[in-house]
Amino acid sequence: MKQQSFEQQHQKTWEDIERLLKKPHRVENSSLCAEHYMQLCQQLALSKQRLYDASLIERLNKLVMQLYREIYRYRSESRLNLYTLFVRDFPLALYQHRYFIAIAMLVFVLPGVIAGLWIFFDETAIYSLMDFSNVRQIEQMYDPAASKLGRERESETDIMMFGFYIQNNISVAFRCFAAGLLLGIGTLLVLLSNGLQIGSVAGHLTRLDYVDTFYPFVVTHGAFELTAIVFSGAAGLKLGYALLSPGPYSRLSALRQAGREAIPMLYGIVLMLVIAAFIEAFWSSSASLPIGVKYSVGGICWLLVLLYCFSGRRFGSR
Amino acid sequence: MLDTSYRVEIPGGIELEAQVVGPVPRFLAFSIDFMIRSVMLLVVGIASIPFGELGAGFWFIFWFFIEWFYPVIFEVFWRGQTPGKKTLGLSVVQDDLTPVTFGTSLVRNLLRTADFLPFFYLFGLITMVSNARFQRLGDLAAGTLVISIRETAKPAEVTEVSALAPPTSLLRTEQTALVDFLHRSQHLSKPRQEELASILDEVTHSASDNRVEKLHRIGAWFLGVR
Repeated sequence: MKQQSFEQQHQKTWEDIERLLKKPHRVENSSLCAEHYMQLCQQLALSKQRLYDASLIERLNKLVMQLYREIYRYRSESRLNLYTLFVRDFPLALYQHRYFIAIAMLVFVLPGVIAGLWIFFDETAIYSLMDFSNVRQIEQMYDPAASKLGRERESETDIMMFGFYIQNNISVAFRCFAAGLLLGIGTLLVLLSNGLQIGSVAGHLTRLDYVDTFYPFVVTHGAFELTAIVFSGAAGLKLGYALLSPGPYSRLSALRQAGREAIPMLYGIVLMLVIAAFIEAFWSSSASLPIGVKYSVGGICWLLVLLYCFSGRRFGSR
Repeated sequence: MLDTSYRVEIPGGIELEAQVVGPVPRFLAFSIDFMIRSVMLLVVGIASIPFGELGAGFWFIFWFFIEWFYPVIFEVFWRGQTPGKKTLGLSVVQDDLTPVTFGTSLVRNLLRTADFLPFFYLFGLITMVSNARFQRLGDLAAGTLVISIRETAKPAEVTEVSALAPPTSLLRTEQTALVDFLHRSQHLSKPRQEELASILDEVTHSASDNRVEKLHRIGAWFLGVR
């Protein structure tokens, strides 16, 4: 069949499809799409085999591609199922990342503890890790003699801090993950510097005996925030490890696999950090609550978070 | 390496072909998006000033969403196109040419941070130009690529050309070349058409004044005009 008659024969269908594609996203269109898609695939194959010219093949190729994308738009995995995500996928991903979590935790906690102890026993040590002005600022924030003790903060300030914690903390976690692409080195540096910072602040405030203002403040949201930072580090380390040691795969497919496995981790990390920001802004900051209540709630939160994090083990055989 | 075609065999039993897009259009698209984002942040920031700390809290959350989720939301719910990509006719797809999912779009956009290092997307640029599909680091990890879905030029109308039987029998590829020559005639300058047509002077036995027209008429013949 000559090209011109072929075109004349199918011209109307093609125009119909072009019109159909102008208003996508309709459910009733999808069965039409499938029908047109099969016809067009055949026509494109014929045109190629009969060596019709480039402009026709290009046009058909474009139509097929648009239909193809329309058909594969409705994937079950593109719709988030929050229940399976947080009951199964996130804990399972944690289980699969367990060695990376262990390493991330070591890199985060160990230098922090060492720095904390050093600063606790040596009063000048803090200034080799932090600026003088930062140290002053932190001292003022947690000074038990400060006038704001026992006074409730404005609720509007709480909301502002909530927004700030969301923006700041989740961005840190995302960057910690992304930095893993640099062979894991970036993630290690982010974990190390955050661990050192938190450790030295804790050591310094303990040495000043600001224990009753600092620890009740951090204990509850720390359960979510510190763990989430470690998890983002673990996801980042896995990216780096995939590049360094891809095993039986090519480096590229190992990286893609690691990227895919990180997705439930990322959702989980965001959820944990939103919870942490909420607690930090509205619960931890409250000065009127007794210290005992804060420690108990904090302890319960730690217990629940840890239980939840280990719940992925039962899916471990997969 | 100069070929930007990317081919995938799809379940329809055929090979689809897409054109991957290099750094320059993608940088332009990024710049447009960057401006849109800045303006949005500025407008919302100004609008939230009267609400004091409440407004500041809202603005922080808005900033967070714009920084990390602006591309994700657009890529997932708007055919793989942020406004900047739409302006330049680009689209983000998975490497099997299906639309991006929320998860893959999230990975490719979070890893933007690594592409940005050490300054202004240097790693991203180096990665992009060292693989044939122009994927930056985030694309490699997410398994995505950026293709062009720009409108292609329409072929020239051939109704006014009367067909002419070819003087000798031609292979199918040669026939296609003549049809292509006819269809592309509007996009080639007259001297260039002359130059191309003169190669076939020995076959068509034509004089210099009508060699282009003669080839067009033969092309029309193969197209099916009678």
